[in-house]
Amino acid sequence: MNIVVAYDVNTETREGRRRLRKVAKACEGFGQRVQYSVFECSLADTDFERFRRKLVGLIDTDEDSLRIYTLRGRREEVVRVWGRDGYVDFRAPLVV
Amino acid sequence: MSRELLNTLFVLTPGAYARLDGDTVRVEAQGERLLQAPLLHLGSLVFFGGATPSAPLMERCARDGRGITFLDGAGRFQARVVGPTGGNVLLRTAQYEAGADAGRCADVARAMVAAKLRNGRSLLLRGARDCRSEEGREALREACSSMAVLLTALPGADSLEVVRGVEGQAAALYFAVLGHVISRPPAEFAFRARTRRPPRDRVNALLSFLYAILTSDCVGAAEGVGLDPQVGFLHAIRPGRPSLALDLMEEFRAPLVDRVVLGLINRRQVRPEHFEERPGGSVMMTDDGRRLVLRAYQEHKQEEVVHPFLKERAPVGLLPHLQARLLARHLRGDLPSYLPYVARQ
Repeated sequence: MNIVVAYDVNTETREGRRRLRKVAKACEGFGQRVQYSVFECSLADTDFERFRRKLVGLIDTDEDSLRIYTLRGRREEVVRVWGRDGYVDFRAPLVV
Repeated sequence: MSRELLNTLFVLTPGAYARLDGDTVRVEAQGERLLQAPLLHLGSLVFFGGATPSAPLMERCARDGRGITFLDGAGRFQARVVGPTGGNVLLRTAQYEAGADAGRCADVARAMVAAKLRNGRSLLLRGARDCRSEEGREALREACSSMAVLLTALPGADSLEVVRGVEGQAAALYFAVLGHVISRPPAEFAFRARTRRPPRDRVNALLSFLYAILTSDCVGAAEGVGLDPQVGFLHAIRPGRPSLALDLMEEFRAPLVDRVVLGLINRRQVRPEHFEERPGGSVMMTDDGRRLVLRAYQEHKQEEVVHPFLKERAPVGLLPHLQARLLARHLRGDLPSYLPYVARQ
């Protein structure tokens, strides 16, 4: 499934900045950064479940906000982009 | 069973360095980031001469059972990184027992060669339909009917030597006419015979390159179900030779590699400047040529087919894995014979 993850982590404290780094790192492992705190991920159901649990375990529910939007339909049909875009389809041939 | 076709990352850029970054692989060259991808999407990594992975990345991949293959600049196999041997020791024992039994070897080999012949024949028949020269059509149809005769002789081939003999004759017939499926000026992409180590023309360079990639995919498929990729049935055991992977590959040469190669040539996607001639008459692909071919191969692997025996839709790239599974089922005794992959006509 294709999802969009957006987060707001309160970075006023040292602990908050630590959480922010951990949340970002976790997102990199499951998808890719498309804006500063917005990630797009294309995941199998089991991977999605792992990812969701990991994120929910990382955030502080009193301080932070985490949103996961599920995209219904193929990415090309449901996502429109203007401006800078470095999106890479990890299922397409990866030759560097 | 994993239904997902995991992607393969090919690193060709000379001097590229791939390192582990969290749960991702990060590829850099000259201080610049070329790609960062989650390991989750990758089933294997392939490095060409001049590109290297870091030790932590190798360890992580070995631990997860993700294959790392090293090929030289020409696409020839150099080395492979594997983790601890896991999986089912009973399955491997069954494989070794079958591999030492001449009769069972012949049975499995016969099934594989039959599928190879059928799949090669389908490709030639399709080529004959599209061939514009009368002479070419004639030659293709003739080769196909000779191959049909060989196919009918195959069930009577009771020893491995006879099966191998049939396979050799079929390969000779096949490659003698394959050039007729090419619709380009003969000066550019002539094909007269299969030449390897080294390939001596552009078509052979393309074939050799993709066969090496397919071998590495088949090694991965064998490892994936817990089979020893070195102990084969049709191919003799020899140190360092992935005999089982070579066995598995026979069914897929025409539908996975030859089709892609012919498509690239006939659609004029691959051009003469994608090749260079080396001293001594060998022909190699350029870096750009290899990128083009690998993209086409990876795209072809995403196409879906209905498996004739399992009756399931599956991406083409998953076929070696499905066949390795069927072979494992046969070796365990769950299937009375090995059922090879025959492409729909």
